[in-house]
Amino acid sequence: MSEARAEAGDRTETLDRDLPPALLEQRLAVTWGTLAGFWGWLTTVDHKLIGRRYLVTAFVFLLLGGVLAMMMRLQLARPENRLLGADFYDQVFTMHGANMMFLFAVPVMEAVGVYLVPLMIGTRNIAFPRLNAFSYWMYLVGGLMLWTAFALDMGPDIGWFAYVPLSGPQFGYGKRSDIWAQMITFTEVAALAVAVEIVVTVFKQRAPGMSLDRIPLFVWAMLVTSFLVIMAMPAIMVASTSLILDRLVGTHFFNPAEGGDVLLWQHLFWFFGHPEVYIIFLPAVGMTSTIVTTFARRAIFGYVPLVLALIATGILAFGLWVHHMFATGLPRLGESFFTASSMAIAVPSGIQIFCWIATLWLGRPVLAVPLLFILAFFATFVLGGLTGVMVASVPLDTQVHDTYFVVAHFHYVLIGGAVFPLLGAIYYWFPKITGRMMSERLGRSAVGLLFVGFNLTFFPMHLLGLAGMPRRVYTYPAEMGWGGGNLFVSASAVILAAGFLVFFIDAIRSARHGAPAGDNPWDAATLEWATPSPPPSYNFAFLPVVTCANPLWDERDALPVATGLRVERRELLVTSAAEARPEARESSPRNSIWPLLSAIATSVMLIWSIFSPWAVVWGSIPIGIALIGWFWPKGTPEDDA
Amino acid sequence: MRHRLALDLAALPLHGKSWSSITWWGTLAFMLIEGTGFALVIAIYLYLANIASEWPIAAPPPDLGPGTLLTVVLLVSLVPNFLVLRWADRSDVTKVRIALLVMIVFGIVPLGLRAFEFPALHTRWDSNAYGSITWILLGLHTTHLITDLIDTIVLAALMFTRHGHYKRRIGDVQDNGLYWYFVVATWLPIYAILYWGPRL
Repeated sequence: MSEARAEAGDRTETLDRDLPPALLEQRLAVTWGTLAGFWGWLTTVDHKLIGRRYLVTAFVFLLLGGVLAMMMRLQLARPENRLLGADFYDQVFTMHGANMMFLFAVPVMEAVGVYLVPLMIGTRNIAFPRLNAFSYWMYLVGGLMLWTAFALDMGPDIGWFAYVPLSGPQFGYGKRSDIWAQMITFTEVAALAVAVEIVVTVFKQRAPGMSLDRIPLFVWAMLVTSFLVIMAMPAIMVASTSLILDRLVGTHFFNPAEGGDVLLWQHLFWFFGHPEVYIIFLPAVGMTSTIVTTFARRAIFGYVPLVLALIATGILAFGLWVHHMFATGLPRLGESFFTASSMAIAVPSGIQIFCWIATLWLGRPVLAVPLLFILAFFATFVLGGLTGVMVASVPLDTQVHDTYFVVAHFHYVLIGGAVFPLLGAIYYWFPKITGRMMSERLGRSAVGLLFVGFNLTFFPMHLLGLAGMPRRVYTYPAEMGWGGGNLFVSASAVILAAGFLVFFIDAIRSARHGAPAGDNPWDAATLEWATPSPPPSYNFAFLPVVTCANPLWDERDALPVATGLRVERRELLVTSAAEARPEARESSPRNSIWPLLSAIATSVMLIWSIFSPWAVVWGSIPIGIALIGWFWPKGTPEDDA
Repeated sequence: MRHRLALDLAALPLHGKSWSSITWWGTLAFMLIEGTGFALVIAIYLYLANIASEWPIAAPPPDLGPGTLLTVVLLVSLVPNFLVLRWADRSDVTKVRIALLVMIVFGIVPLGLRAFEFPALHTRWDSNAYGSITWILLGLHTTHLITDLIDTIVLAALMFTRHGHYKRRIGDVQDNGLYWYFVVATWLPIYAILYWGPRL
């Protein structure tokens, strides 16, 4: 090819506007599609296929984590139970926490973002789609590694926050702590990759006209969440790497005898760990705003305060970490500062709750299952928030630290604040993802069982905590008087589990036999509903043009669209960060096996490095080769421009 | 749903430059991740120094020679790096090729000097917490030197093929140059803390 032709990126050029609609869709499907069969499954970079895969995997981990929870409830149902031994129980509660936080909660929120953000902002694929594929494989291997280790009696037994010195070289025997630390590396690499993709997608790939004040609130929530991931997750990677180094090559970061410090671990962990709560919660806030808008049948009340509340929460999230360390005897002034900041974060949360209530108040609410989940969220989350304000106070925290009161508090915040909206979101977007509706009848049963079961299970834990029951004990003597409360909690947990079971049955059944959904079954306002359900590989035959905040409500007659994109290469539109003015037609990478190969090479290095530091040297060579293979142009129309 | 045509994009370029480029923003995002990582490791250094009764622990301050020389080399490398960016902006492929070869040299020399920096610390990673944090700080920056060198070599090889004439590859050169600025910029606070911190 001559240099001049290369300069022009000159190939036979077919524009979308030159083709009749049926032929255009056919040509786009060829360009953007994924091959059928196993090879296509391994190589796809379609954000919808990867997002769906991420979702299913995360829910499998939820199920596994739920089984562990039921094992703990069985063990604690009566005093001095000998069903699970102390060592196994330690592994079970550590696995439950680590699995739920790192393999379920964060990935499931990112999964929803990976699936929905490109559709909601009107583009054809996520930015860096191959990185997206790589991210999923890393997440999968990290999860498999943790559960394989557990099956081999090598599961971590140090609590989900792995405090030193318990997890350090002196007390953490065998490889259990290293498994925990390396699982962190896998899942954080995956999360960081998705965060970068979402930030760039939202900044640069929004539909023309989607200025900052027209971005859907769920997308805003994912954007703020992604920045939290970017700023918080390096802390846990630094922490877990230092821990592995202390254990493997004899560094002294956490060894007080040689100038190290055990509290340094807690600082690093919670500098990540507290934003982590908001990494899970903010996407749920975005889901809530979306569902409330659709089912209140009106535009959201207080769009700007809601966006500012998201950003304020994101910033304040980094000023709270020490409230997890009140029992360690830090200086008084520091404690007072962190008490104040912990209480301050209740302000943006309160603003959001009031905006949602105002939206429902002023609208004509339709009480469909997604909104019922949101109502369940309001009640539960407010209770969790109130106990949060309580434990922000140092004297109260010192009293209930490490008791079941705290267990109750964070389950109210996490299940009430994140899982309920998430399940509502699944009911809401399931028709878009599968093309079929979930059952309204089973959905109502699920909400009822989950709400009642949850409160009966976790509310009494407050009382058990106040009665002095510590968390993380595998059993307790009958004389403590906790037997009745625990039996009640364990029995209630069965109702909660039944709620999840109904949800899973409904999801699996509806995926095959649900009623056909159509493009926009809820008559919602955002762009993902402007395309068929499930969406085609290219998302939109013509990219939408945005003229208002609720495009599908305000442009009911005909959606404005843009033309002029080429069809023989994967082409999408780059727009300016603030105003979303069109800047360039950009290519998007094709399907590729290299992300999988790179993930395999990286996994070999990471797992090997649990056993030998030389793995980092020798294991990096295949990674380098795989990354060069990934980067090197293949002569496709996407590369040649 | 029904459509109405509102906008035509056919006149737009087929590839965006700098802030119109997706990879440019991706590079910025990765700098933010790695910059946070560097900031945290520096924070750990200050934290450990703050609780220690003596600092450095059981060692003299590091020798200034290799680290200072490396700093000078990195600062000088900013000139060819600037030229790479400028010629890339003008799509002058021949000059870009030459400048990338120069940048490979500027990637190798600091690595050579780095080999003398570790012994100049007068401590080992397993001696005490001071040794651990200095080795990690230096090691973390070294991984950036190594990865950027490999990246530059692969990119230079690519630019000598027919692919070198595509706008997209010119964009890769610019992203790589941007990243080198980051590698140099992160070194300066690390140099100040590692070498001058113990002398305060």
